[in-house]
Amino acid sequence: MWIDTSAGGGLKAASPVPDGAAGAGKAPVKTPLLQVERLGKAYVADKPVFADVSFMLDRGEFVCVIGHSGCGKTTVLNVLAGLDTATAGHVFMESREMVGPSLERGVVFQGHALMPWLTVRQNIAFAVKSRWPDWPGARLNQQVEKFVQLVGLSHAIDKKPSQLSGGMKQRVGIARAFSIQPKMLLLDEPFGALDALTRGTIQDELMAIVRETQQTVFMITHDVDEAILLADRILLMSNGAETAAGYKPGGIAEVVVNPLPRERTRATLHHLDGYYELRNHIVDFLVSRAKAH
Amino acid sequence: MSVANHLKLRAGLLSGLILLVILGLWYAATATSGATASAAGLTPAQIEYAQMMGQDPSAIKADGFPTLGQMGQTAWSHLSRPFYDNGPNDKGVGIQLAHSLGRVALGFGLACLVAVPLGFVIGMSPLLHRALDPFIQVLKPISPLAWMPLALYTIKDSTLSGIFVIFICSIWPMLVNTAFGVAAVKKEWLNVAATLEVSPLRKALQVILPAAAPTILTGMRISMGIAWLVIVAAEMLVGSTGIGYFVWNEWNNLSLSNVIFAVLVIGVVGMLLDLAFGRLQKAVTYVD
Repeated sequence: MWIDTSAGGGLKAASPVPDGAAGAGKAPVKTPLLQVERLGKAYVADKPVFADVSFMLDRGEFVCVIGHSGCGKTTVLNVLAGLDTATAGHVFMESREMVGPSLERGVVFQGHALMPWLTVRQNIAFAVKSRWPDWPGARLNQQVEKFVQLVGLSHAIDKKPSQLSGGMKQRVGIARAFSIQPKMLLLDEPFGALDALTRGTIQDELMAIVRETQQTVFMITHDVDEAILLADRILLMSNGAETAAGYKPGGIAEVVVNPLPRERTRATLHHLDGYYELRNHIVDFLVSRAKAH
Repeated sequence: MSVANHLKLRAGLLSGLILLVILGLWYAATATSGATASAAGLTPAQIEYAQMMGQDPSAIKADGFPTLGQMGQTAWSHLSRPFYDNGPNDKGVGIQLAHSLGRVALGFGLACLVAVPLGFVIGMSPLLHRALDPFIQVLKPISPLAWMPLALYTIKDSTLSGIFVIFICSIWPMLVNTAFGVAAVKKEWLNVAATLEVSPLRKALQVILPAAAPTILTGMRISMGIAWLVIVAAEMLVGSTGIGYFVWNEWNNLSLSNVIFAVLVIGVVGMLLDLAFGRLQKAVTYVD
């Protein structure tokens, strides 16, 4: 059973997932890494963009969020990053309430957000130095070079971001987020601005690094195939809308558990059993249900 | 590359040609004025009368607009002995320049020390920005020389007053540009700093300062240009030393060739200062 809903599965539409039910199929033994409880954000009172967003992230899990523009995906991610505040609800990390940004959560921004006056090496060193201010130069340099190599940019380590292509810049952004070895990675549409070929290559690289480092990842994407390739679970978010019964805020409409084997690759993804059903299900959601009419 | 070099060569040739035309016009103009002002059309009696009245026709020629030859002599005499000092009213042009540059450096340096940190605070705080904006808008357009009487009255020292005037005219472009540059730092870089838990001081020095540096340097370059304009006028007012005082003193001596030489020197030094700041600006500019 790969559709995990509160109603108990199947391809049928599910109502928003009740508190703590997101990981229902797994029955967690220890506490989850991250617990989000009834998160809401309202710019206009009584008309929250989203409300009652609750989910959990286990260690080593890769979770993607899919939804249309304006459903509040980025706001959720920014709240998790500590860059934004929610108007309702709580976020707990290892059972402690999260307040503000933290080095425990690395962020890969939509635009690469590299500092253009620093070289690749200096950009990553800036992050490593923030994490471990007392490290001697040699150790710091070793850490920087290790993570630059991880994204395959050793040859460009002393170049400025302006000398790199869009894909290379995004790789540096990923290396910077990994280099501080956070407990959790937050990625906000990291490949949105890249062409399809580059995007595919970097997806493979990201997947390899995540598998190798056992990193916990929370990622926003618009790309259904990207979500299927990378995610263990996919959160489908709907937009807030006016209905006959009144205003209905956006939120998590459904949590889809990816049934495909974890060792999947981009090249063979579409040959796997269940791939098309999964893909159709998500696309159907985006087309017909994501915007509550 | 060869096209660019070709253009450079042609531009250089054209510049040289324009210079030759200007020098040629100068030569032609001074040669004819020398002829009309000469004693050619006068009878000996008229010349003698003129001399008795203190208006020697030949002397007028020597003191009038200098010919190219006289100009060359003056320039050579200054350039060969730039640092002589024969008392308060007769110093080499190098010494006068050093005085002016010293005042500009002091006034400009003090303005940097005030404007950059203050601009930083204004740029970071929308509240302070709004609160201080009316003061800045009123104070900015005041001609720096208008401060001179107040400065002389309160400071009671002409040299310090000159430095104060440089300070007050340098501060505004730097203040406004620093505030603008700091306020315009991209949110994403600040977000990076926030997620990395960077301390406020480190954020200011390693993120905001380099991000705003090109804008700040632009402000400094404008300030330096204004300061160099103002120092000449200020020294004409307060006197005693400096290239501005030198111009005024030579005007009182009716030595136009010295005035012209000083004017050219002011122009060249101003250009060099601007070039230096241009270099600095280029060094901190980044391609985004």
